Amino acid sequence: MSAISPREAALSVRGLRKAFGGVPVYDGFSLDVKRGDILAIFGPNGCGKSTLINMAAGLLPADGGEILFDGRIVDEVRIGYVFQNYREALFPWRRAAENIRYPLRRMGLKRAEIERRLEALAADFRVRFDLNAYPYSLSGGQQQLVSIMRALAVEPEVLFLDEPFSALDYETTLSLRTLLQQVLKARKTTTILVSHDLEESIVLADRILMLTRRPTLVADDIAVDLAWPREAATLSAPDFIAIKARCLDVFTRAVAGA
Amino acid sequence: MKALLVPAGGAAGFIALWWLAVLLRLADPVLLPSPLETFNDTAKSFTQGPLLHDLWRTVTRTVLSFLVACAIGVPLGLLLGAKENVYRAVEFVVDFFRSTPASALFPLFLILFGVGEGTKIAVAAFGAALVILFNAAYGVMNARRTRLLAARVMGASPLRVVFDVMLWEAMPQILVGMRSGVSLALVIVVVAEMFIGSTDGLGQRVIVAQSLFESGLMYGVIFVAGALGYLLNLTFLLLEKRFIHWAGK
Repeated sequence: MSAISPREAALSVRGLRKAFGGVPVYDGFSLDVKRGDILAIFGPNGCGKSTLINMAAGLLPADGGEILFDGRIVDEVRIGYVFQNYREALFPWRRAAENIRYPLRRMGLKRAEIERRLEALAADFRVRFDLNAYPYSLSGGQQQLVSIMRALAVEPEVLFLDEPFSALDYETTLSLRTLLQQVLKARKTTTILVSHDLEESIVLADRILMLTRRPTLVADDIAVDLAWPREAATLSAPDFIAIKARCLDVFTRAVAGA
Repeated sequence: MKALLVPAGGAAGFIALWWLAVLLRLADPVLLPSPLETFNDTAKSFTQGPLLHDLWRTVTRTVLSFLVACAIGVPLGLLLGAKENVYRAVEFVVDFFRSTPASALFPLFLILFGVGEGTKIAVAAFGAALVILFNAAYGVMNARRTRLLAARVMGASPLRVVFDVMLWEAMPQILVGMRSGVSLALVIVVVAEMFIGSTDGLGQRVIVAQSLFESGLMYGVIFVAGALGYLLNLTFLLLEKRFIHWAGK
């Protein structure tokens, strides 16, 4: 991986430290994420993938080190966050559209701008279901799509995705991730994806960060130079298979090396 | 239709049994009047006597004490629920007084509020407020953590999180608390009407009817009080169903 200059970095992590009950998870961890890149984080269970993005998103305090977004702390930037459990992340007492408008209202945007963004998102994601429905009357895939739209509505500088498809069936996952990669690439949204699905990580990412067991270090940093858009055929392309083989090899060693 | 017919059948069966007991002279007719006599005495008291006024007084007192209880219990419960360690500190006191029979507090409240309307409403409000507070606090403490985090990530201030998420998350539980609270308020109001310097109200009417051996009226007032409690409960159940449309989904 070529070095990322400070001016290119949307997110910089330096000397990050975090321990749970005295057991260090991160002990001097550093990372730069290039603006517009989709970074997938992959590693064994309990290596602290979600911990890392929760600290970056300001949901969990770090014990030490710094996490900066183009020189600013998280409170000073707009971020988006998509939770794994859409059922517990959406507000069921608000209609789907109202869920998406919520962060825009918090930003104090004018009504016309809020509606413009809502319509643009609905068009980008080719939404065909009724956004005036309550979330609980939508399917799982539709609910997670609403969560993603809500996170993207603020036009985040960095979007965090915490295993966004893990509660969905394979068919829904395929169509949702095809839509997602189109939108993220069109909007040039810097994205950090935590996933436990290697195929998904490779298909969606510009770069994969392979992590070791605790205390967590970078086992490998792999550029994914596959052409966009990535479709069903990508999954059987030789390049894809080569990257997957390399990732699997690193992963096996990272897990065994504990 | 069938949903209405079955309970109606049960009620008819109850009245039939009652009538049978009267016909078989299982009890002294002075103690157990027939359903018809009870109905006639009660209807007469409604149209020519004080019963309508009594019912109105009991409803007003119950609603008033319920409103006072909500005004205290809901905000305080939300606040305590949001600060879980503070709630843990007062939990014992809340639980203790929640478990204390409110009737045991009558003498104390008589000293504090004197003999009058204030005392009845204060005791009932006190009892109901604790139930509502307890439920509101638990509703907030059981709020989905993910939703609170989601609101924070979307830039909601701590106060916003309380009103936009915690209040809604606690709403189903708050309504459960209100339903128990209003029932408890009615119980306390009726007892207070019997014993704390009253001249009206359903409680007063029951005890006066009993002392004058007007057993038909006495049974009638008991049924009126029962119907009132049932309707209050039903109202809140319907409110829950209609208003908390997302519950359990």
